Amino acid sequence: MDMLLVWEAPMFGDFFSRALIAGVGLAAVTGPLGCFVVWRRMSYFGDTMAHSALLGVALSILLSINMTFGVFAVAALVAGALLLLQKQNTLSTDALLGILSHASLAVGLVIVGFLTQVRIDLMAFLFGDILAVSVQDIAIIYGGGIAILAILILNWRPLLAATVSPELAEAEGLKPEVSKIILMILMASVIAIAMKLVGVMLITSLLIIPAATARRLSATPEMMAVVAAVLGAVAVVGGLFGSRSWDTASGPSIVVMALAIFLVSLLVPTARLFGRREHNGA
Amino acid sequence: MDDQRKPENLITLTNAGVKRGGRVLVEGVSFSIARGEIVTLIGPNGSGKSTTAKMATGVLKHTMGSVSRKPGLTIGYVPQKLAIDWTLPLTVDRLMTLTGRHGAAEIDAALDAVGAAHLRKAAVQELSGGEFQRVLFARAMIRKPDLLVLDEPVQGVDFSGEVALYDLIRQIRDRTQAGILMISHDLHVVMAETDTVICLNGHVCCRGTPSAVKTSPEYLRLFGERAGSALALYEHHHDHEHHDDGCVVGAESGHEHAHHHHEHEGHGHGR
Repeated sequence: MDMLLVWEAPMFGDFFSRALIAGVGLAAVTGPLGCFVVWRRMSYFGDTMAHSALLGVALSILLSINMTFGVFAVAALVAGALLLLQKQNTLSTDALLGILSHASLAVGLVIVGFLTQVRIDLMAFLFGDILAVSVQDIAIIYGGGIAILAILILNWRPLLAATVSPELAEAEGLKPEVSKIILMILMASVIAIAMKLVGVMLITSLLIIPAATARRLSATPEMMAVVAAVLGAVAVVGGLFGSRSWDTASGPSIVVMALAIFLVSLLVPTARLFGRREHNGA
Repeated sequence: MDDQRKPENLITLTNAGVKRGGRVLVEGVSFSIARGEIVTLIGPNGSGKSTTAKMATGVLKHTMGSVSRKPGLTIGYVPQKLAIDWTLPLTVDRLMTLTGRHGAAEIDAALDAVGAAHLRKAAVQELSGGEFQRVLFARAMIRKPDLLVLDEPVQGVDFSGEVALYDLIRQIRDRTQAGILMISHDLHVVMAETDTVICLNGHVCCRGTPSAVKTSPEYLRLFGERAGSALALYEHHHDHEHHDDGCVVGAESGHEHAHHHHEHEGHGHGR
């Protein structure tokens, strides 16, 4: 009943429902894409790309270009740089990620410091401001989200095959290197559209937590992708209502809600229900 | 081509090799695989077996010699081992359509052919080594490949499992008439049905039927005297005569220096 009042209050209704629509749209994309992040053990990689988003913001302002595009470009560049550095075979991927992640965040913060002529709400970029989402932002999220999902669905089989075994995919005529690049571009895109909602520090949690939760409830990769999208949407809705009720920060509340769902899922022994051999009986 | 038993060459390598960054990975490899023919690449680690297989299938571009493949060649690949992380929920059923679309009836038939029909609903993480290997064979065969590439097919399978898998390979060959390219570093085990064994160590050291290779001086020098006595051949209904290629030791006349170098490298690997 309390929630209904909130929903219909004229002061809130507009931006609150915009936040809900935007967040659910984002979760629909981060769920399936997050599955690949979990399967391919790319969570720190995703984190690094997300941290570089702040550098993207700073450069966009500096060069006065579209911010979504700027963030996408920088995240994609950082991913590309990592791929090249990995081929050098000098430092471990782990160390390279650590360098790129924090260096790009620091450079971004330094540049933001120089931008005295523009007032920047740093907290909004670091932790997101989903309640400030505009109709235009929603258009970007849904337009971009549908494009990302379409690319993901159209390339699903090769992407999955490359994840299961690059050698096998390659031997049977697929191109696992291309799959890798597609996934990186999709991740850069998601970071670009998600940054305003949950901020650079929390983007990867929306990728990883719903997917990790979905694993226990799924028997196939496709099922896991759908379940992750649904759980992500539930976390967004629950987190936003929670933040309304307890007056907490919206972005972190969504992540806390996702974590709560994850913890509850640990109590459900459903994984045992799947993958039974027929001759095993019970 | 000139032999009735070889109606159609699926893959032909002529003096093929790969050089990368100034380093020769493998060179001077010549062989062909026809339908129903089994070719086994054998050699120590780093001898260029995988490179040769990749060159044959086109995954790796050859930089020397020539490689030709039958147009539209379909390849089925059985990997050495496939560690599928728990985070990826994958049933046997879903694994069967990993690289292509196949109907339920096809999946049933392919699993049935390897005696794994009862595993269809199982999660791949639950399978034993031998079961998983059978399922991987079924997955490769559902593609109706012209050429089946087997990377260390009996790796990590116990002795009776090994015999059973070789039986399976033989059945697959007889039933589908697919060409088979097998990679092995297990020098103790070579299928007797192998038409040609090619010993690699950066180049072709020796080649021939399994029994010819077993006694070849090049083979013994490469893998040590002990390997020769231990090389076991899985014999089974030997109903056809092997054309004896003998050991083409002379083919390496131009590679004396390279040969020496490789032998040096191979020291640590002999077993």
